Amino acid sequence: MDVHHEDKDMRARFDAYVADEGKVEPKDWMPDGYRKTLVRQISQHAHSEIIGMQPEGNWISRAPSLRRKMILIAKVQDEAGHGLYLYSAAETLGVTRDEMDEALLSGKAKYSSIFNYPTLNWADAVIIGWLVDGAAITNQIPLCRCSFGPYGRAMVRVCKEEAFHQRQGYEGMMVLAKGTPEQKAMAQDALNRWWWPAIKMFGPPDSDSPHSDQNTLWKIKRFSNDELRQKYLDMVVKQANALGLTIPDPDLKFDEDTGHWVSGPMDWDEFWAVVKGNGPCNRQRMKHRQKAHDDGLWVREAAVAFAEKQAKRNNQQKAA
Amino acid sequence: MDQIFTTALRFGDNAMVLGQRLTHWISRSPTIELDIAFGNLSLDLIGQANLFYELAGKLEGNGRSADDLAFLRDASEYYNVQLVEQPNGNFADTMMRQLLYVTYADLVFETMKTSPQKDLAAIAEKAQKEMIYHVRQAGEWVVRLGDGTDESHEKCQAALDNMWPWSHELFAYDDVDEAMVEQGVLPSAEHLKTQWLESLGEVFKRAGLIIRDDNWMPGGGRKGLHSEHLSYILEEMQVLPRTHPGAQW
Repeated sequence: MDVHHEDKDMRARFDAYVADEGKVEPKDWMPDGYRKTLVRQISQHAHSEIIGMQPEGNWISRAPSLRRKMILIAKVQDEAGHGLYLYSAAETLGVTRDEMDEALLSGKAKYSSIFNYPTLNWADAVIIGWLVDGAAITNQIPLCRCSFGPYGRAMVRVCKEEAFHQRQGYEGMMVLAKGTPEQKAMAQDALNRWWWPAIKMFGPPDSDSPHSDQNTLWKIKRFSNDELRQKYLDMVVKQANALGLTIPDPDLKFDEDTGHWVSGPMDWDEFWAVVKGNGPCNRQRMKHRQKAHDDGLWVREAAVAFAEKQAKRNNQQKAA
Repeated sequence: MDQIFTTALRFGDNAMVLGQRLTHWISRSPTIELDIAFGNLSLDLIGQANLFYELAGKLEGNGRSADDLAFLRDASEYYNVQLVEQPNGNFADTMMRQLLYVTYADLVFETMKTSPQKDLAAIAEKAQKEMIYHVRQAGEWVVRLGDGTDESHEKCQAALDNMWPWSHELFAYDDVDEAMVEQGVLPSAEHLKTQWLESLGEVFKRAGLIIRDDNWMPGGGRKGLHSEHLSYILEEMQVLPRTHPGAQW
């Protein structure tokens, strides 16, 4: 039989199956491109969760009340949990944790650029919950219906927790925005620095996005970058106004005809510079991750050595 | 009542300072699973601190909240044992400090939860459930490190040598503690130490570690006397409430 023929047949059946909203499971046949795309996207998402622990983690030791400290710890802990959960989903596609760790540390794999910005005041640690988790949810709700079953299911759980984080973040911003003049200034300063990076989290404009078309056919992506950005913008402009903070976009306007908010021009050169490694914290984030990895090596080695000794002892006991 | 207040504050401070120390591992742990575990450990401890502080504030009756007690006292007004303020060091140091403290806390709460002092008993009841897990987690890691590789064994023994002197203070009871023993809130120091050594002895035996006792017995935490580390911990922890007096967060 002609192998290429069979591949084409299978590919056609696969495409029809996903077009009809069929869910793909790890053991099912899938095109190489589909597998590669998902490994890239899921592991990148996992890496983002892991690196994303750092900017908020930066304020755990200085959180201003016991309640805020506990909320922040629990949130950063959820991110670690999401990371693990997503790594597991990626592993079902045949890639190992070690390979993914290596790809992150070598810089081969990317993570969300948003985490390459610094958290300079307390409001930064809070605004991440509101703006960054808010953008993440906007991105991830459609992913709950992703054609790849394990990813979709992971997203259902992740979205629930992210929605909780977003509410907490917004509530934390509200307290600052209604607080002392110093607290309000903190909140405004944070908004000034996080607004544009958050808006750009949806990626380059549709005219400039290389992966979208095929991913849309495969039901991995349901909405374009610009469509998602619009949903997000309509949501957060309202929320920012309710906080009484000034959005740092003098050109922002409401379009009466479409009923949507329209932002001013976005600086994509800045975006690409950060993606390519030249954001304020890219090097710091990677150094931090690398140091944790290196410092922990002897511990991981000890755990493996101990497990081997235990297994041996158990075998000897059984043999005796 | 003053004695109950002091006792609540001491256990609150132990939990607060240790919890604060442990948070530093989050995002810096040897594995992501341990990042999550350190989150759990610190959440349990800070939760305990919150409960003890709420009780202390109530007993004191001057309107101080749990946050006031955590964020607006200087090092000399903190009454934790010096063990919990010792630096994290490497993973073995942290796990050894953890084992020494949580084994003690577990045993203390075992008595406290049955005490006639109902408010303390209620906190101890909840806290002890958490401590059981902490004791198991720390013990498992100390065994793994002690019986892992040559390197981990060496580091684990060094951690025991480092942390051991700070453990004596756990049993250096003062008048308040003795009064608490009489009221059935605390076990006697002698009984406590016997049980503590028995529990640790089993772990150290499996880990292949030996206690190298010397005669250095630092202490004084119960009176507000600390190592140099505590004021740095508090400076970092308290920076926002101190900089913005009266602000709500």
